[in-house]
Amino acid sequence: MTALMIINMRNILSVIMLGGIYSLISAILFVVLDAVDVAFTEAAVGAGISTVLFLSAFAITGKHHDLKRRNHFPALLAVLVMGAGLMYSTLDMPAWGDAEAPVHQHVAPRYLEDSYAEVGVPNIVTSVLASYRGFDTLGEVTVVFTALIAVLLLLGAIREDEDQS
Amino acid sequence: MISALINDLYAYWISVLLMMAGLYIVIDHSNLFKKLVGLNIFQTSVFIMFIAMGKVDGGTAPIIEKGYTVFSNPLPHVLILTAIVVSIATTSVGLALVVKINKHYQSVDEQEIEKIELQE
Repeated sequence: MTALMIINMRNILSVIMLGGIYSLISAILFVVLDAVDVAFTEAAVGAGISTVLFLSAFAITGKHHDLKRRNHFPALLAVLVMGAGLMYSTLDMPAWGDAEAPVHQHVAPRYLEDSYAEVGVPNIVTSVLASYRGFDTLGEVTVVFTALIAVLLLLGAIREDEDQS
Repeated sequence: MISALINDLYAYWISVLLMMAGLYIVIDHSNLFKKLVGLNIFQTSVFIMFIAMGKVDGGTAPIIEKGYTVFSNPLPHVLILTAIVVSIATTSVGLALVVKINKHYQSVDEQEIEKIELQE
């Protein structure tokens, strides 16, 4: 629903605020789907930090006009075709909540049964994140570091321009 | 038959609908801020798809505690935790680019930028 509101919103500030609300609602949805750790992260990062970043970038860019309408039939067509294709492909998915689905057969049972003995942390998500899939987390830190460098390069260049002029 | 199908798959359909909304915003709107919000919606739809796959009927959050034996699958949660952090990193780079573009063209609107490009 919030997403639909965002499509129709003209004012950029309200789009950003609705983006934050949308993140918060999806965090609630993650709690309902048993993913409490993901919900924490989404509420803090998605609804919190992300909105702050958007607002500060919005403040830096200064003057704004409201959005204009244009012909959006081609976009609508492309999106509908993609949506129909994805809907069709979900017909092959296992039923939602099915404990016998292939997702639950591979390494997940081992995490559930042995991780407490092997790692000693009751929260399985934490033990998988920090121990079994530690390299993923290393990669994640690398990505964040690269992004930090990119942002500093982009914004630092602006500051140099100002110094010269 | 049909109602069983809806009951089995509606969680995936929600994420497909959100994905359509996000893609539509990215394609159709020329304001760069709005495009980034659309991109965020698109990403979140993928997150919801993954988390929905990890859900087990009657399961609880995967935290070991006496009295609970059925847990949801922790693996998608871990993957999506990583993906959320990466998504904020990409969003911040995108916003930095928008700030830079605004510095150069004095505009964050794609159509206006195109006009300025044609004039030059």
